[in-house]
Amino acid sequence: MTDLPASWPAVRATVLRRALSVGVASGAYGVSYGALGVAAGLSVTQTCALSLLMFTGGSQFALVGALGAGGSPVSGTASAILLGARNAIYSARLSPLLRLHGLRRLVGAQLVIDESTAVALGAEVSGARAGRLGFWAAGLSVFVLWNAATLLGALAGEAVGDPRDFGLDAAAPAAFLALLAPRMRGRPAWTTALVAAAVALAVVPFVPAGVPVLVAALVPVVLVLSRRWAE
Amino acid sequence: MTWAAVLAGAAGCYLLKLVGLWVPPAWLEQPVVARISALLPVALLAALAAVQTFSTGTSLVLDARAAGVAVAIVALVLRAPFIVVVAAAAATAALIRLLG
Repeated sequence: MTDLPASWPAVRATVLRRALSVGVASGAYGVSYGALGVAAGLSVTQTCALSLLMFTGGSQFALVGALGAGGSPVSGTASAILLGARNAIYSARLSPLLRLHGLRRLVGAQLVIDESTAVALGAEVSGARAGRLGFWAAGLSVFVLWNAATLLGALAGEAVGDPRDFGLDAAAPAAFLALLAPRMRGRPAWTTALVAAAVALAVVPFVPAGVPVLVAALVPVVLVLSRRWAE
Repeated sequence: MTWAAVLAGAAGCYLLKLVGLWVPPAWLEQPVVARISALLPVALLAALAAVQTFSTGTSLVLDARAAGVAVAIVALVLRAPFIVVVAAAAATAALIRLLG
């Protein structure tokens, strides 16, 4: 399942299928984000501008949620930016894989999100070429479908159903586990995964949404520095 | 004021995405950094999966998602294809909500 095939055409087909499936799953959320944005009092243009310009779902939900709940725009903006901080860790990790310069760096940066990072890191196991394809394909697939879905949701408003009725909130963590599976070889990987998941859940009640993943990113730092795991 | 929040928030989020791409490659090739970097995806994917399964906002919750993800793990152990793993999780959670 999670092991990629050996030949490049087969790898490419597998990576593109994964990219499309994460795009479709996030698109379903884009519809409900669009509907929520308009319900929170943003115009259709403002709701769509966030999907185009901010393009990181968690932050968008946070900002729209704060504005809808009558919170101050300043605190809404601050929590959106805090939520987006994990993307800086993603882009630092992806940087040596992507090797972007000039205009491609400016464009590529916008596509650094949970889904493109997850697909890129899952595909990277089959080589840098597969990793780069995974990043661009997943990033563009989500960008196109998320923005189209946002517009649809903003125009349709409250007629939109709840994506949870279709179990789509279980699809995302399942996809992340499927991308994680081929990396689960050896004790350091298992220890890192279990400790990171436990730490992330342990801090959930105490920090804003989005931050637990940031805290979990410290787990391999601490483990490697304390144990000096050899390659 | 809403436009100011939209544009300032978008600018902040974009700069965060960009800043990580400016980390010098030589720095990332140091052995300890390379070792951390190799384990970082494991930590990130595990944390994302855990948080998206067991939390809503700042609350820990146990709901239909956990059953969906449990089915996904079984599918992974049986080496099912990616799309089957994801679809099985969604279908399980949807079915439980329908019945509940």
